[in-house]
Amino acid sequence: MSENATAESSSEESHFAWYLRGVRRCFSIPGLVLVSAFIGFAGLAREAGLTLPQTVFMTGVVWALPAQVVLVGAVLAGNSLIAAAFAVALSSVRLAPMVVALTPEMRTPGTRKWVLYVLSHFVAITSWVLAMESFRHVPRHLRTAYYTGIGSTLVLVNMGVVATVFLLAESLPVQVTAALFFLTPIYFLTSLWGSARERAGHVAMILGLASGPVFHIVLPGFDLLAAGGVAGGAAYIWHRSRVRREMGK
Amino acid sequence: MSFDAFDAWWWPYLFILLAGWLATDSWRYLGVYLGGKMSEESDILVFVRCVATALVAAVIANLIVFPSGALADSPLVLRVGAAIAGVAAYLLARKQILAGIVVAETVLLTGLYLIG
Repeated sequence: MSENATAESSSEESHFAWYLRGVRRCFSIPGLVLVSAFIGFAGLAREAGLTLPQTVFMTGVVWALPAQVVLVGAVLAGNSLIAAAFAVALSSVRLAPMVVALTPEMRTPGTRKWVLYVLSHFVAITSWVLAMESFRHVPRHLRTAYYTGIGSTLVLVNMGVVATVFLLAESLPVQVTAALFFLTPIYFLTSLWGSARERAGHVAMILGLASGPVFHIVLPGFDLLAAGGVAGGAAYIWHRSRVRREMGK
Repeated sequence: MSFDAFDAWWWPYLFILLAGWLATDSWRYLGVYLGGKMSEESDILVFVRCVATALVAAVIANLIVFPSGALADSPLVLRVGAAIAGVAAYLLARKQILAGIVVAETVLLTGLYLIG
């Protein structure tokens, strides 16, 4: 009995200890970069006319910066709910394969399903990279606790960051506001390049950058979907022809 | 039914839930469900990643070329130049995102204050 209790309390302790290690893992360069990106996002949302509670709410429930930027873009363009949801869904497809890659690393035979579903909400580029880097140093049955630490900390800290920027933005000089606004595109220019899994990702990115402004003028309202389909499709065709060429050799 | 379609306080939140939360977490839940069934190398995922990457890239380019708010008054050349400088710094610093951000912001702020 007493032995059991000791074992239980020490296991609980180690769960908490690994949760705290997850929390600490966020205070790192990737965490800092993410904060700067959310500073930029808060500036963007504020310029788009969203309120503080709406933006904090969006950060908590969506928790994927590309999706949030697309959603704010759709709000700015006055898109309908369906068009906005479609564009956001397209920009978030990447989350499914990321979760597919992460989940097996956290799962043990005893892991409850709902825990994995709840934790999947935290999956976004930064938390995913941090977890994939660190998991091999974490005992398998404590990885859910560790990831809870990473995910919940990143979400809560950045909800706070968004609120703070909203409160401070009015007193900032216009140059600083402009610089905050510029953080979002520059963060994605670099992180998107770095996260590409194959060369086709780089091709898709360059074509997407070039075609975005073109479709913005030619096909306003459908610019994002058109750019995604045309530039992404072209990159995929490039990928197929390259694979075929390599197979032919 | 756009974001501003109704005057009710709850409409923007419902809009965010449906167009934001539902449209993202569906993919996450699908990912948990599929678990290890799908290979990250499978060809359909290459296509999906290409489209998703191009879509986000288009958003970025539009934020730089057609900004709103405080950035709208700055010259296009300065914004594009700052972005290119940031990417160059990022690549030179062996893919350190922080280096890219610092250089791009320095170029932009220097330009903005010089223009006054």
